[in-house]
Amino acid sequence: MHLKVLMLAALDGDARAYRTLLTELSGHLRAYFARKVKTAADAEDLVQETLTAMHRRLHTYDVNQPFTAWVYAIARYKLIDNFRRNRLRQTIPLEDAGALFADETEDSANAKRDVEQLLNTLPQNKRELVRLTKIEGLSTAETAAKLGLSESAVKVGVHRALKTLAQQFSEKT
Amino acid sequence: MKTDDLIAELSGTLRPTPPGAGVMPLVLGIGIGAAVSAVLMFFWLGLRPDLMPAMHSSPFWMKFGYTLVFAALAFWAALRLAHPGTDAKTATRSIALPVAAMLALGVFELMRSPAPPAQLFYGTSHDVCPERIFVVSLPIFLGALWGLRRMAPTRLALTGAIAGLFAGAAGAWVYAFHCGESGALFVSVWYTLGIVSVGVLGALLGRFVLRW
Repeated sequence: MHLKVLMLAALDGDARAYRTLLTELSGHLRAYFARKVKTAADAEDLVQETLTAMHRRLHTYDVNQPFTAWVYAIARYKLIDNFRRNRLRQTIPLEDAGALFADETEDSANAKRDVEQLLNTLPQNKRELVRLTKIEGLSTAETAAKLGLSESAVKVGVHRALKTLAQQFSEKT
Repeated sequence: MKTDDLIAELSGTLRPTPPGAGVMPLVLGIGIGAAVSAVLMFFWLGLRPDLMPAMHSSPFWMKFGYTLVFAALAFWAALRLAHPGTDAKTATRSIALPVAAMLALGVFELMRSPAPPAQLFYGTSHDVCPERIFVVSLPIFLGALWGLRRMAPTRLALTGAIAGLFAGAAGAWVYAFHCGESGALFVSVWYTLGIVSVGVLGALLGRFVLRW
């Protein structure tokens, strides 16, 4: 919602809101492209290409539609366009290939919200563990380093948190 | 260039986006294309001599309605395809409705009419009808591509195909002011063939022409 508010201000010509929007988006896009291409430099090029493409096509945002769906549709288009142009058959792990072609419209926004709701039922420390390992996709070691825990503590914590979630999920349904 | 510098540059050149700007390029391209196509039709083929009396007959309005509904649905689909992140499935599939309805009408006519089936099927102009629709549609097709390139289609082949179907249907609508055919079966086959041929052209060109 926050990004959409900035976007609406930008469409009215508010350059400061626009600058904030682009800065925040560049972070999201960097994380998105980092998962799709091999080097950080390639990811950065795609971030810039996407921001430029967005800028030239601001008028194609339909204010009745979710804002992130618009941004990621452009990002995905630039990614595929980039693959095609380079004729590089970059290898994407099979389980991630779906994400490349997935239709990221309202469905995924809804799914994200559901996941958030479920996560919010966990205590803060466990929530963070699940978010980092399962949603951000960090390894156990990276998560441990980030939170200042031992690796085994992370493993046990994640395991317990998932068990709690699974229980809640089965109770709900 | 650093991303931060790019962001500073982009935000420095921000202009307010007027409401409705998302639709303008397509509307403009199609408008100009349709005008050219109407002029082309008028001087190349001419209006049917019996246009005035024909306007009081139902076959004229059948062709008029079929092509107009087809074009309207394809326009809706093209518009959605040109806005990233907008679901275009319903709009794209809806194009099948007028085609199915027209075909049903044609089959109904075949079963009910006393005229011989071959006459209903071939009419008097089946050998020129699809080609003429194709040619009359081209200006509209070019206008639609021009407009779509200024928007942001992310599925190029599909968008090209839909743009072609739109142009074909709009061109067929223009052609209906010349065409003296009155059979439902004829329209459901030969008009549709002409329209689809532009759609195929669009599907083939989309990937190359619509990149942005």
